[in-house]
Amino acid sequence: MKYRSVFEIIGPVMIGPSSSHTAGAARIGLVARDLFGRQPDWARIHLYGSFAETYKGHGTDVAIVGGLLGYDTFDERIRTAFEDAEALGMTFEFIPEEEEADHPNTAKLVIGDDDGVMELVGISIGGGTMEVVELNGFPLRLSGHFPALLVVHDDRAGVIANVSNAIAAQDMNIAHMEVGRKEKGEMALMVIEVDQVVNDGLIEQLRALPNVTQVSTLAN
Amino acid sequence: MEILFSNVKELVAVAEKEQQPISEIMIRQEMLLTRRSREEIFAQMENNLAVMENSVEEGLKGVHSASGLTGGDAVLIQNYMKTGKALSGELLLDAVSKAVATNEVNAAMGMICATPTAGAAGIVPGTLFAVKNKLNPTHEQMVNYLFTTGAFGFIVANNASISGAAGGCQAETGSAASMAAAAIVEMAGGTPQQSAEAFSIVMKNMLGLVCDPVAGLVEVPCVKRNAMGAAKALVGADMALAGVVSVIPTDEVIEAMHKIGQSMPSALRETAKGGLAATPTGKALEAEIFGKDSDTRDTVTK
Repeated sequence: MKYRSVFEIIGPVMIGPSSSHTAGAARIGLVARDLFGRQPDWARIHLYGSFAETYKGHGTDVAIVGGLLGYDTFDERIRTAFEDAEALGMTFEFIPEEEEADHPNTAKLVIGDDDGVMELVGISIGGGTMEVVELNGFPLRLSGHFPALLVVHDDRAGVIANVSNAIAAQDMNIAHMEVGRKEKGEMALMVIEVDQVVNDGLIEQLRALPNVTQVSTLAN
Repeated sequence: MEILFSNVKELVAVAEKEQQPISEIMIRQEMLLTRRSREEIFAQMENNLAVMENSVEEGLKGVHSASGLTGGDAVLIQNYMKTGKALSGELLLDAVSKAVATNEVNAAMGMICATPTAGAAGIVPGTLFAVKNKLNPTHEQMVNYLFTTGAFGFIVANNASISGAAGGCQAETGSAASMAAAAIVEMAGGTPQQSAEAFSIVMKNMLGLVCDPVAGLVEVPCVKRNAMGAAKALVGADMALAGVVSVIPTDEVIEAMHKIGQSMPSALRETAKGGLAATPTGKALEAEIFGKDSDTRDTVTK
């Protein structure tokens, strides 16, 4: 089921003009910022398909930058996101791509600062709903409907059990979980959508686990 | 996973079995799927209703988009209605003007509630705030109107598409108008099955509608497609309430819409490369708005 709530149909409340090209784009930017854990210093934004063709008219560009600044779909500051980014010293670049993506409304965000770089591919599937389909080269499916934990780890026996035990100890229920790896024994990624909001204590606990290299969260 | 309905046939069957309106079934499903309380869910929808009312009011004062392509038509239609010369009926034109009002606000980057998308945001509130004057619904019934539209939209979104880029305008204003027709029927006292018939009758008349926005802006022809969507929703609701039924069942109509969308060329799915966007005037407007040498494929660095 791509859509789970009536408020994805009647909603979101948003700044116009397009739910897929403005609101969905803002949410892709916002989720990227959340996963990065802070505001990036720079952003390179690749646009594909309809995003590449019509991003100017739909305000896709200001919406993505607004999302990276932490603005939600209904935040009127989206209109001045370019100026706000400049004032905060965040540089950004839009690159419309010729090549076809799987989904017509696809954006690849490469964002970073002195401490790190993150690459995220998001698709805006309509009505303001979006999905993250790739993170740092890992294919995944993350809707942003639920609070989520993203755990980068070494592909070793027992890591998944340790992580799920830590979550269970908090009496948290896992709504959806996906595990992927690049190569056998190499870097792997767990995407865990949960029913409750993730607390900082759990994040610290997960970070301390053996073979876990990075933990980020996505609030609902 | 517990789910009460995933298609229209199931939705109508559950409503009939429980002897409840479709809006109530939508609320129950939302409680099941999101584990939120009825009060929370109802309050959020009340907020959406308030946003819609504001957008209509804002638009009826007269707003204009930055491009200058749209704005002011809601006021023109309201003024014309007041002359008493309107041929198509006051309620219908009221709905049309309020749908236009909402989309004019949207085009001007104002605040709206997507129903199911921003480009199609005028039809649901436009019809609601026009029908309101005739049926005098309670506040609760007005909120329920939105849950009923949402129930049908939920099915379309999951079984087909509500995105113009994926399925053309039929997926956006087509869905919105069909959803509104179903909700009008419920508010007017029709049965769940009559809501489904109204949905089908309207959707069948939206099939094949392409998404061809001039200069890629959600303005031309989007605003006027919302106007006509509101009109079709009202006529479709009246037909269903009169007892007219759709020969093709609703779920098959939705599937047909989905397949038509998939076979639409990309030029007609929100890329601003075909249809009205590709007309000489459409092209000229694009050049005017984005500058003479503008190519939407250039790189912008800031």
